[in-house]
Amino acid sequence: MVTAVRRMLPVVGLVAVLLLIWEGSKVLFGISDQRLPHLGDIVTTMFTRTQGGNGPLLLVQMLINAWATLRVAMGGFFIGGLLGFGLALLFMRMPILERGLMPYVIGSQTVPILAIAPMVVVGLGRMGAEPWVAKIFVAAYLTFFPVTIGMLRGLRSASPQSLDLMRSYAASSLQTFWKLRLPASLPYLFASLKIAASASVIGAIVAELPSGSSEGIGVMILNAAQFYNSRPPALYLAILVAGLIGVVFYGLVALAERLIVKR
Amino acid sequence: MPIAKRFALLLVMIVASLILAACGQTPPAAPAAPTTEPAPEPAAELDPVRLQLKWVAQAQFAGYYAALDQGFYTEEGLDVTIRPGGPDIVPEQVVASGQAEFGINWMASLLATREQGVPLVNIAQIYTRAGMRHLAWADSGIASPEDFAGRNIAVWFGGNEYNLLATLSKFNLDPDTDLNLVQQPFDMNLLLNREVDAAAAMTYNELYQVLSAGHTIEELNIIDYNELGTAMPEDGIFVSETWLTADPANKDIAARFVRASIKGWAYCRDNVDSCVDSVLSQDSGGVMTREAQTWQMNEVNKLIWGDPIDPSTTVGFLEPALFDFAAATALEFGVITQPADPAAYTHEIWETASP
Repeated sequence: MVTAVRRMLPVVGLVAVLLLIWEGSKVLFGISDQRLPHLGDIVTTMFTRTQGGNGPLLLVQMLINAWATLRVAMGGFFIGGLLGFGLALLFMRMPILERGLMPYVIGSQTVPILAIAPMVVVGLGRMGAEPWVAKIFVAAYLTFFPVTIGMLRGLRSASPQSLDLMRSYAASSLQTFWKLRLPASLPYLFASLKIAASASVIGAIVAELPSGSSEGIGVMILNAAQFYNSRPPALYLAILVAGLIGVVFYGLVALAERLIVKR
Repeated sequence: MPIAKRFALLLVMIVASLILAACGQTPPAAPAAPTTEPAPEPAAELDPVRLQLKWVAQAQFAGYYAALDQGFYTEEGLDVTIRPGGPDIVPEQVVASGQAEFGINWMASLLATREQGVPLVNIAQIYTRAGMRHLAWADSGIASPEDFAGRNIAVWFGGNEYNLLATLSKFNLDPDTDLNLVQQPFDMNLLLNREVDAAAAMTYNELYQVLSAGHTIEELNIIDYNELGTAMPEDGIFVSETWLTADPANKDIAARFVRASIKGWAYCRDNVDSCVDSVLSQDSGGVMTREAQTWQMNEVNKLIWGDPIDPSTTVGFLEPALFDFAAATALEFGVITQPADPAAYTHEIWETASP
């Protein structure tokens, strides 16, 4: 019980400090409610009804839409993760490919995703694909890169001594991979998966904007921004929920890591 | 734990979460609350068509939502899906690529897209008047466009500046030297903070924002492009010529769509509250207010039916003179480089649709 309290203390303390900064800066710099609403107003907004007073609570709608985004992010995360894993294996086995292809892999990530997403959505849509295909594509596009880099680094992280030991056992390269390189790479893999988790959420949100879909937290943000003047707290709420999706996904990956690596 | 077991665990996790993700596959988005009586029973053979809006769902498009909710589309044998727009969505692109049969946009951008070789054609001009205005503070002394000289004037670029440019040309003002044009963001803060002397506004949206920021209409001088004769045509229905001519049945579909849409707009003329309900039922984000959408509905009705509302207004018929003005303006200000092809609009569909 005491340890539980002690563990919660930093979290509660941090929230209190954030509250203080938020409300304090409103008072200190005289920021109007139109520009920065009170936190209380944001909470109240959660419990207003949508669709002109006939629909479900705004918070419920937000969570439904957050789930729609998280689903797309997960899809992109798995596809991008597998792709990154595959590329890392390929690069490890064939360094010449790494030298040839790596510049393009890096280049792919320096082009702003905001520029690529509409092209992907329009391009795939023109080919007759459903909108969710493009969204998953963009999420996967942001995911594969950290996984490639992290996994490649991880696969090469086994110490020379360990590799020598495997060689002295006359282990095949498959055995070396399975018993040494792969376990050694897991911490690196999960470090990059955690980055990829939040990146895939960003990809899913960015891809929602040009796809004309009616669900997803990106659509909520877009609409709240459009009608910002009539209800400022809704935009802040949508942004908070978007952040929450990233945190939840990150937490899921961290949980998986604890189950798999730390035993 | 042996590595094989660890990976088995990872695999189980992946499969479990994929199953979870797939379970929620049925889109839970915004079940449109039936605010009015439900649409008539779907007939056996409905033609599925999609409408791409110019912007996010709001009363600007109430007539289409009303036609959907009141069953006017179903009565015409159409199963219509309305796709909301957004900053990254270009209706012309969506229609040209066949992801929607019908689109809503302004004439200038239609002409520009046509010149790039995309054969789009306006089949019904829904807004008979333009909603764009320039707002100036009454105490700034700007009462007419000639007073723009030497002032900071904000305007939306990217296709929405031609009313202003045509007006400046009419008053012999050079936009580069005689005044300072300012890029206007999609809010009215530049005007509200008096950082500019005048700013563009749609009657149904930004004007309301200014008024709801605590100002009165008496504090404003409103420059109306309709009166100056320099208003470009706004919301109209367009299709791809390729789609329209591909099958004789498509012309029939288009005529039924136009007929039901105009019926929807007539319904909104007479039932403002019901149409506002239809729009609000699209608001799953809980961001709209009934007051703002009611204002917008009333203003949009004026743009379609005139001010005061005249039910005998001919809606959907694009006046050839208006098209000629739009085409000439577009050519003069570089929207297009070649004179516009009159095939950019047709009355054929509208004539079939009219009783």
